[in-house]
Amino acid sequence: MSVLEPVVELVRGLGQTFRYLFDRPVTYQYPEQKREVRPRFRGRHVLKRYDNGLEKCIGCSLCAAACPADAIFVEASENTDEKRFSPGERYASTYEINMLRCIYCGFCEDACPTEAIVLGDNYELSFTDRRSAIYPKEMLLEPVPTVDMTTPRKVETGVYKRSVPEMKDPTD
Amino acid sequence: MAQIEEVSIEQYKHLVSERALTGETMLLNMGPQHPSTHGVLRLLLELDGEVIVNAIPDIGFLHTGVEKNMEAKTYQKAEVMCDRLDYMNTVGNNLSYCLAVEKLVDLDVPERAQAIRVVLTELQRIASHLVWVGTFGLDLAAMSMFLYAFRERELILDILELCSGQRMMTTYIRPGGLWRDVPVEFEAAVRNFIKIFPKRVDEYENLLTKNPIFLDRLLGIGKLTKETALSHGVTGPSLRASGVNWDLRKARPYSGYEQYDFNVPVRTEGDTYARYLVRIQEFRESLKIVEQALNKLPMGPVRSDNRKFVPPPRSEIGVSMESLIHHFKLWTEGFPAPKASIYSAVESPRGELGVYLEGDGGPKPYRVHWRTPSFDNLSVIPKIVKGHLVADLVGILASIDIVLGDIDR
Repeated sequence: MSVLEPVVELVRGLGQTFRYLFDRPVTYQYPEQKREVRPRFRGRHVLKRYDNGLEKCIGCSLCAAACPADAIFVEASENTDEKRFSPGERYASTYEINMLRCIYCGFCEDACPTEAIVLGDNYELSFTDRRSAIYPKEMLLEPVPTVDMTTPRKVETGVYKRSVPEMKDPTD
Repeated sequence: MAQIEEVSIEQYKHLVSERALTGETMLLNMGPQHPSTHGVLRLLLELDGEVIVNAIPDIGFLHTGVEKNMEAKTYQKAEVMCDRLDYMNTVGNNLSYCLAVEKLVDLDVPERAQAIRVVLTELQRIASHLVWVGTFGLDLAAMSMFLYAFRERELILDILELCSGQRMMTTYIRPGGLWRDVPVEFEAAVRNFIKIFPKRVDEYENLLTKNPIFLDRLLGIGKLTKETALSHGVTGPSLRASGVNWDLRKARPYSGYEQYDFNVPVRTEGDTYARYLVRIQEFRESLKIVEQALNKLPMGPVRSDNRKFVPPPRSEIGVSMESLIHHFKLWTEGFPAPKASIYSAVESPRGELGVYLEGDGGPKPYRVHWRTPSFDNLSVIPKIVKGHLVADLVGILASIDIVLGDIDR
């Protein structure tokens, strides 16, 4: 090794960092500038509705059974045609997710037989106490498309009998 | 009521030398909260001035009870726990667990799923080594290295998010295949990474490999002999830097690793610098595997069609009563595994990552045990730091590449 070699190597390293002085930064200025999440991103849960405003959730508790962290609590009640929440016999009268327990594995989404619970794009969750980390159904449920589509509502008798819809395999 | 046991100094005398008792040498705690211990590790050092006489690792500060927790969950649900063991190698942990479950219940895995598993675990290996080379540089005061390494790691985490929806806790590999097929953007994203990454490795080498300050800190430091490494069960790059050519991908191929052409980098010096060189070389070798696996990615299903173990596709649930029953059974009860015990191991970025599963005929494992590489690799630290300076301990500890989540489970 010649005497100059260490110096050459030092300069080579410094040159490497110097070149980056003229490069564009790769960082994002969060929270002003946000990185877009991927379509499959598993963020905060959303309870979906059908196009006619009825809730997709039928209160079967399969999400609660599939949850490895025991973060979900579901209580089901009976639907009637006078007061209908969802197609089929039952709906979720209580639906709670403890966002502090949740590990965002997406097993609830996989288990749901009606595609009612979906992990959305929101990753900015914050709470000031443990109680407010438990999200009730009102916070999770998607807003209705138009005002007259709210649940519960009176529907024609004998139309909404089928609780599990036909579905496509997810591709995104 | 728990009994509080009285301890006397007599019990712990043997841990330190005679000189410590007379006050000739000093005892110093490094950690548990120390930036250079790479987690929550406490090292009790016995020092003679700046020279290390003895180092006693004290672990358990990050104990999460993962093994015990897994026994309380069905085989399917327990998988999320293994992501959280070694958080630098989540895909690899999933793979090792799924291979074990598949071996236990004798489940087939489609070709395409196996190839995608290889692509993702190799990318994860690169990501893990990137964090390693970044923090290694940082520990030896090469700050830029850390920034560059995390920039490239971001590309890999983005690919993982593309596939699984999560950057770190992916749970993408499932018993019997994968969660879903990879999205259409996957191939372009990986090809882009393959294109830019070799140039970036050259940049790292420009910065570090021949840097005189870096060499002064590493050459001849923390020499690990072949015999010591083998007697302590050291595996992975740390073993290969000591002259033992042992890589489970070559020695006991799994997931179709035998089809790929790659070299296992081996060095004979056994010092900190050799461990660095081995890992740098592994970047290039892993990239070779990724490229080959991507080039011959077969088409076809990504999940086994065995409905007793793998949930049916969503399109069948709404139309087939049998599928709906299988779906409900699998997500509530899980699948039963025979009364048998198996061990299966994969090569993680740190070494041999093995999982021992014991089934009792029910849907939950009777016993789960992880043979984690960091645990065995850490045990060699007291042997190799003796006689070195405290400043060198930082480099040696970093070069062994431990992840505390992997040690305390």
